Amino acid sequence: MIDAIAQQPMLAALFALVSLGIVFGGLLGFAAEKFKLKGDPIIEQIDNLLPQTQCGQCGFPGCRPYAQSIADGDAINKCPPGGQATINAIANLLDVPAPALDEEHGEEEEIKTIAYIREDECIGCTKCIQACPVDAILGAAKLMHTVIVSECTGCDLCVEPCPVDCIDMLPVIQGIVQWHWPSPASNIDLIATSKMPRREDAA
Amino acid sequence: MSRIWEIPGGVHPPENKQQSMTRSIGHLPLPATLVIPLHQHIGAPAKVAVTVGQTVLKGQKLTDASNLNNLPVHASSSGTVIAIDDKPVAHPSGLNALCVTIATDGKDQWIEHAGISDFRQCDPHNLLQMITEAGIAGMGGAGFPAAIKLSPSNDKPVDTFIINATECEPYITADDAAMQEKTQDLIQGIEIVGHILNNPSRVLVGIENNKPQAIVALRSHIKERSIEVVSFPTKYPSGGEKQLIYILTGREVPSGGLPSDLGMVCLNIGTLIAIKRAIIDGEPLISRITTVTGEACGVNRNYDVLIGTPISHLLAHNEFDERNCSRLIMGGPMMGFSLTSTEVPVVKTTNCILASSYSEIPSDLPAQACIRCGLCAEVCPASLLPQQLFWYAQAKDQERLEAHNLFDCIECGACSYVCPSNIPLVQHYRSSKGEIRKANIDKIDSDNARQRFEFRKLRLEQADEQRQVKREARRLATEQARATNSTVQSGSSAADIIAAAQQRAMTKQSTPEQQKAKFERALLAAQSRLEEAENRLTEATAHGTAEQQARCSASLESARQKVDQTQNRLKELSD
Repeated sequence: MIDAIAQQPMLAALFALVSLGIVFGGLLGFAAEKFKLKGDPIIEQIDNLLPQTQCGQCGFPGCRPYAQSIADGDAINKCPPGGQATINAIANLLDVPAPALDEEHGEEEEIKTIAYIREDECIGCTKCIQACPVDAILGAAKLMHTVIVSECTGCDLCVEPCPVDCIDMLPVIQGIVQWHWPSPASNIDLIATSKMPRREDAA
Repeated sequence: MSRIWEIPGGVHPPENKQQSMTRSIGHLPLPATLVIPLHQHIGAPAKVAVTVGQTVLKGQKLTDASNLNNLPVHASSSGTVIAIDDKPVAHPSGLNALCVTIATDGKDQWIEHAGISDFRQCDPHNLLQMITEAGIAGMGGAGFPAAIKLSPSNDKPVDTFIINATECEPYITADDAAMQEKTQDLIQGIEIVGHILNNPSRVLVGIENNKPQAIVALRSHIKERSIEVVSFPTKYPSGGEKQLIYILTGREVPSGGLPSDLGMVCLNIGTLIAIKRAIIDGEPLISRITTVTGEACGVNRNYDVLIGTPISHLLAHNEFDERNCSRLIMGGPMMGFSLTSTEVPVVKTTNCILASSYSEIPSDLPAQACIRCGLCAEVCPASLLPQQLFWYAQAKDQERLEAHNLFDCIECGACSYVCPSNIPLVQHYRSSKGEIRKANIDKIDSDNARQRFEFRKLRLEQADEQRQVKREARRLATEQARATNSTVQSGSSAADIIAAAQQRAMTKQSTPEQQKAKFERALLAAQSRLEEAENRLTEATAHGTAEQQARCSASLESARQKVDQTQNRLKELSD
């Protein structure tokens, strides 16, 4: 047998290649099974960039389903709470051009707002508690409810179900602790001499 | 003489220190009101412990419980608390913050206080407690609580104690004046801190050679002691903590690290004098030395100012010319910030009030395009690449900014100072730092929100599942019951079923005695109802409307029927 193969170079080559193919094919097949990725990593990455308000303004029930949908080719500009910053980040990740925010889904807010319950008007119906996607409302049936401010994402979902309209979306207080230096105004378009003191004034 | 190292970069702006050094440290008359902000340090503010209308004495604590993170503030003079509200404070934002306003009574009456005569007999832990109680925060500019710096860390004992006497920023001479006039206090402060730090092997005073009188004063006082005064050539910003440590020891504080990682502690002159007063005299931090300077002020001088003194009071006693003032700066010209109001008070970190004239500090020229001259990179004391950082700051590319070590920037402003295109580089870095910090906080919040959302989803799913299981169990149970019933029914004749029903009825029926008692009870109840109805009817006929009368008579009728019925039943039973 070996002699026969040795005397037929064509056969020998064929045999060698086929056996190599089988070995490596098997190896690849094994690796594909063994190191299989659970879930789509790109969904995870997109989900990480979304603001996690879980507000549903994009039309999906939560941020993760929208991330899934983006991974499947949906538009990336449907997230008003994230605004342009989020769109840019996702565009950067997916290497696609960054469109402007789709106004159909809502407008980007300058200042983050948070829900406040006017507690003396609350009738304790628990409807807002059921609506809150992040369990940030505390209360029980026929007892007053209140919002845990530090957990509220400002998603707005509790406002509509309230039968007595006692929930306000109020802007977060911008105190000294939250303040940071603003970006210096770019006045590169100005002609330098227009702001310079005139020579006779300086003299 | 120990060796000194040279920091990279640096600039030599005009010093302008001589103006305010022509006179000794002055004292101002007591201001009519003192505005004391509650938050004057890095960390959380403490809670107010006084009420409006309360009389306070000089040195009285205005806040409650104090610990390392929330330092107390004290009344700088005796008087009455007239307001506790939001007022403009010394902060670049120009925002208001909670302040206690005291109307002074002019008596300047101290609260009872006592120091320790021999601190060497005292446990360092107690001394640290006293420093915290005195509300001492770093007085060089950042306001980091001094007791935190001095608290021992377990992993790294402190072997080098550095006294920052550099005062490298132009115009400021508060530390220089303090070193010349309060040398004895300073030395005592150094000794106290040395004791707290368990006598570190090296005690170095780092001082620039533009303060010869202070150097002489210090050297003459510490001849016999183990404190070394190291003078080095003047260059801005040698006074940065990390820069000074490098100059004196040749060691670099790691990126994101603290001097304590190298076994070093660095304190400012003002802080040390405050520590001496807290321990030896028992006085809290209620005053500090502040330079009032600039061409818009007729008098340039250092003052021992009470914390909470409005800037307007300082300026009023220094022939301040408002028309000639281009800007009012708290701090120096390089790192200070412009004030929007003269009503802001002096705080623990106010080392200088600079009222500059238009010729001294003209208004900012418009920024032009970067010409990539590279001067900024040459002067950067942290060896960063300001130009690259500038591009990334404009592009808001936070990842690259962090990769280029934006957070190692000490915001000294040397790059902005040399920029030929007048680009406000350091402002870009400050704003980028703020944005990155905010983004990091937002990231933590959003991760938290995701976790809560996912947990809620899981909980709802589990509840749903349980409900499903219960429903299924119920369905099975009914099916089974139906099945057994049908087998019973099919297995027995009609006669059996009737017999079983009769059996059930028999067991339900009670004895005649019980039945009689039951009917008697019912009769009694019915009679009382009848009586009540009669009463109501008489009342209704007397006062009520026709409708009420009709209703009452109807109920009377039904009550009467009920009584008759019950009586009949009872009769039947007895028969």
